[in-house]
Amino acid sequence: MKSSQRAALWFLLPSFCFVALFSIYPIVESLRLSFYRKILTLPWLGQRMVGWENYTDLATDPVARDALVTTLLFIGVTIPLELLFGTGIALVLNQVFRGRGLLRAVVLIPWAVPTVVASQMWRFIFNDRYGLANFMLFGADTSSYLAPLADPYLALAAIMIAEVWKTTPFAALILLAGLQSIPDELYEAASMDGASPSQKFRHVTLPLLKPALLLALLFRTVDSLRVFDLVYVMTQGGPADATNVLQFYGYKKTFAEGMIGYGSAIAVTVFLLSLALALIYLRGFKTSRWEGARP
Amino acid sequence: MKRSTALALFSVGIALYCLVPFLWFVLTSLKSSAELTAIPPILLPSFHLSFYRSALDNYGLLHYILNSVIVAGSATLVTVAVGSLAAYAIARFQLKWTNFYLLLLLAISMFPQIAIAGPIWTILDRLQWLNTYQGLVAAYVALCLPLATWILTTFFRDVPAEIEEAALIDGCSRLQALYKVVLPLAAPGIFTAALLVFIYAWNEFFFALIIMTDPNVQTLPVGIALFPGEYTMPWGEIAAASTMATIPLIVLTLIFQRGIVRGLSAGAVKG
Repeated sequence: MKSSQRAALWFLLPSFCFVALFSIYPIVESLRLSFYRKILTLPWLGQRMVGWENYTDLATDPVARDALVTTLLFIGVTIPLELLFGTGIALVLNQVFRGRGLLRAVVLIPWAVPTVVASQMWRFIFNDRYGLANFMLFGADTSSYLAPLADPYLALAAIMIAEVWKTTPFAALILLAGLQSIPDELYEAASMDGASPSQKFRHVTLPLLKPALLLALLFRTVDSLRVFDLVYVMTQGGPADATNVLQFYGYKKTFAEGMIGYGSAIAVTVFLLSLALALIYLRGFKTSRWEGARP
Repeated sequence: MKRSTALALFSVGIALYCLVPFLWFVLTSLKSSAELTAIPPILLPSFHLSFYRSALDNYGLLHYILNSVIVAGSATLVTVAVGSLAAYAIARFQLKWTNFYLLLLLAISMFPQIAIAGPIWTILDRLQWLNTYQGLVAAYVALCLPLATWILTTFFRDVPAEIEEAALIDGCSRLQALYKVVLPLAAPGIFTAALLVFIYAWNEFFFALIIMTDPNVQTLPVGIALFPGEYTMPWGEIAAASTMATIPLIVLTLIFQRGIVRGLSAGAVKG
């Protein structure tokens, strides 16, 4: 039908204008700029094609290598914890008990807190003098108080704790939707076959939760690679670049130093990293031994 | 251990995990200066409001709140209007290329913000839209359209096509059928999409930071992140501003939690 084609075009046009100008063009332009040398704030100096130079520079840049390691460490620690806590919370919320609605509302609170607020909040909890963390560890003995955000290892751990706290609810919601899509009949059938609760969890819940787990894993990975607010507010990438994740490094290069070509090469690398991880997950889930348990 | 006892223990544990850190910050905002720096920390403050007064009077908190209301409000209105038009076409016409457009939106939302930030800054610079409301709103609309379109499409698909065809036979145009028949029937979905976009725009920091460098137009997250403090941080005022930025969202979330949960899982599970 010709008329419906034309009508659809008109309905989609406003959306397409926004997306083309503020999403598609910037993505393509970033890819192009990653092969150029250009100063963001001095556009009249022009741009110079440098081929793969930004990428070869990136490969030999020790700060970039550390940023890659920090980023991988960050997602490698936070995402498993988020999925673990998220599954636990989802399993509890999936039970029928009084106060379930209230608990579900409470679980949404970390999700609703703006990330900048969560960042300042955890920064205060890890404060070297008045922080709750110090008080809980050392009581009133101020002489042994730590300054976690000034210590390279503790600062990264502090940001990880803040990230896990803030994003576990989202993982829990996706996994709860997954749990609710498992038909009760399967549990009834398993009970009739004499399955214990832990057997039911291993042979019914986990295999059928697989799609939701994959989804949570994908969403959380893409989002974790974007971690910025926590780093900006809590540590500014420090101390000594210990919390300098790739997204923050790209921001610093592009907006603090104005090197948009180099910054774009970092951005493309972050994107390729998320693409590579997504493909690895899809493969891993396909060949995992849970596959055989599908009904 | 009985099942109900175990459930109660787990529930209390989860509630403490979710509530205690934020509650601590709220209590901090209600302390007096002397109570704030006390060691050991005072758990129950004397419910002073001095930090709120100071945040409003000395740090221009009201100004940031106003900017946030303008930006998040406009971004929500434009996103829902533009997203509804697109979602209606995708849900109703079911053409190959409209479905492809939906997938394109999903693919776009997978890119890290840093991958679009530089060129967006350059575009807004050329339009002289840096440090303007419309500049930040335009960026937010583009960023929120994927999620809003996904949610709206799933809700529009649930509106039976027959009702709408009856309206078309009665002489309505497509656009009239959309806003007279489909929109009222899909109102819960539109409300959910609006709520999620509003929360996103209210909380967004990265683009607000790079687009709004002039304190006069900065939004609340930028104000809270860049709270001035040379030698000692004004923790009481930061806690007060943070509480005021968060309470409206928590109230919205608690009232509309069903819709939010449904919207988030519609955007996620069907995506």
